[in-house]
Amino acid sequence: MKTQKLELVCPAGTPAALRAAVDAGADTVYCGFRDATNARNFPGLNFSREELGAGIQYAADHGSKVLVALNTYPEAGNPEAWHKAVCDAADLGAHALIMADIGLLAYAAEHRPDTRRHLSVQASASNPDAIRYYTDTFDVKRVVLPRVLTVPEIAKLNKEINVETEVFVFGGLCVMAEGRCSLSSYATGQSPNMNGVCSPASHVRYEDKGNKMVSKLGDFTINAFSESEAAGYPTLCKGRFSTQDKVSYLFEDPTSLNAVEFLPELMEAGVTALKIEGRQRGKAYIAQVVKSFRIAADCAARGEAIPDLGLEHITEGQRETTGAYNKRWQ
Amino acid sequence: MPIIKDGNKIMTPTSKINLGPNLFNWAPEKLRDFYYKIADEAPVDTVFLGEVVCSKRLPFFAQHIPDVAERLTNAGKRVIFSTLALVLTKREVELTRELCEMEDVLIEANDLSACAKLSGRDHAIGPFVNIYNEGTLKVMEQQGAKHISLAGELSRSSLSSLAKAATSDLEVQVFGRLPLAISARCYHARSHGLAKDSCQYVCDKDPDGMDLDTLDGDPFLSVNGVQTMSYTCANLIGELSDLQSLGIHNFRLSPQDTDMVEVAKIFRNVLDEKIEPIEASAKLNELMNGMPFANGFYYATEGVKAKGAIEEFGL
Repeated sequence: MKTQKLELVCPAGTPAALRAAVDAGADTVYCGFRDATNARNFPGLNFSREELGAGIQYAADHGSKVLVALNTYPEAGNPEAWHKAVCDAADLGAHALIMADIGLLAYAAEHRPDTRRHLSVQASASNPDAIRYYTDTFDVKRVVLPRVLTVPEIAKLNKEINVETEVFVFGGLCVMAEGRCSLSSYATGQSPNMNGVCSPASHVRYEDKGNKMVSKLGDFTINAFSESEAAGYPTLCKGRFSTQDKVSYLFEDPTSLNAVEFLPELMEAGVTALKIEGRQRGKAYIAQVVKSFRIAADCAARGEAIPDLGLEHITEGQRETTGAYNKRWQ
Repeated sequence: MPIIKDGNKIMTPTSKINLGPNLFNWAPEKLRDFYYKIADEAPVDTVFLGEVVCSKRLPFFAQHIPDVAERLTNAGKRVIFSTLALVLTKREVELTRELCEMEDVLIEANDLSACAKLSGRDHAIGPFVNIYNEGTLKVMEQQGAKHISLAGELSRSSLSSLAKAATSDLEVQVFGRLPLAISARCYHARSHGLAKDSCQYVCDKDPDGMDLDTLDGDPFLSVNGVQTMSYTCANLIGELSDLQSLGIHNFRLSPQDTDMVEVAKIFRNVLDEKIEPIEASAKLNELMNGMPFANGFYYATEGVKAKGAIEEFGL
């Protein structure tokens, strides 16, 4: 199926960011509760029940929808917080719940069957058989594709499945299969899958070693910067390491995804929705990125060339990559 | 795991040592001979066969699989075939389907695509499928999972809750480097300045994985093609009796480039209370040439940490 107009799915870590996204033209905004039930469990971020209710109302008043991410894996022996989050989000009027855990999908399908279920990128469903498992078993209506597929692979995939697909087009980039990575957990004891936080700030330290600034995660040095370099955040898989006596960004450079140039091809590939990463970002950033992608998506829908949107200026000096969409990335 | 009552005597099930799939790129003849030795000498119950990490490696060992499976079966071992952990390309989808459609064999699913194909018949599930809680466990068991190998990052508390709820046999990896991540990108190839498509199979240079150090020169991780593993070798030899008390009786050894027959014997001897975990740790340390041990995940802390019987052999 060829999509006529791509839906723009935008992040909100705060009520102010939600309003900024809606005002800038987001078709849909996604957010999470202020606890471990979602994969952006950062201090000072996310929504209380009241804030979510108000946010859903604000979005509805402006013709937008709200999705709630419940995309961590409930801890064994302690699923109540996740179950309550499913019921509360649905009862507050969320358009859909974004989930990765099979047990939680089963719970949502049983207890709140009328609220749409989206499969989170954290489920890392990367092929038609895996995707059909989720659609057949839990009547999932949309799948957020892992960031490991090329555009031709996405096109082929869409021909083999009968479900909406959503793809990441901007922001932070996991280089590992999402939801299947415990690197950060190994170094810090905090699990991205269970605690909803990767390379947590609580375990980050910067040490001034005279001529260089060293960034650490737990006990491990993730990077070191000379005085002329800006010291970046030590996200584990974007660090500088040594293998074969060579120092390199072995996993990935400290880059940020920008696939704006691929919008026409993604539309041609049958993608339903475009996702912007960044619930940890401020409202000014959200407003600017959403506005740019609104223009880009509308141009793509009209078959017009996408203008230069100056998005490179807002990736905070980081280099950009088109990630796995380009086969050479592998 | 239920406790079997035999008259007045309460019997706990016999603990089993199983050999997980070889995760590294070893020469086909070396791998064949490795399994022959396991068949002939190792006190293991189940052997998992098959390529889990990279589909590009698959063709090399394929010719030996029938002989190896036969030798293992004749030696009284149960053979389970493991599927790929990351299924992306059309070829990988087809390979997974073919494996899952084989009759009269047990398959271990390492991706949801395999779980989907195996639903409705008895099967095993490997540690690359996320089973973190009782809800997911229940769905998997309803679909026919009888043997489930759990992810290495689960703590004792999680394992305890899962074991209470399980009707299937739960397995925990008690030895070998822990798989921590998998990617579409090949870091072994990248480290050698090669693309994945023309990788020259350079991962065969590192039969235990390629060391990745921090800029300070501290060992941190180990690279195995598209997979990233712990630098430390998981070792729960001091936690075996605790695991048994939780109701977990299947223990996975993940192959490393050492005398795995001896490793299996050491674990068997601890289970049979012939040697103490501390003594066993020292023997294992010798076998591993000082590769540091870790068990932090079990204690709900950094996975890299070493506690209890293996403490002095940590990083």
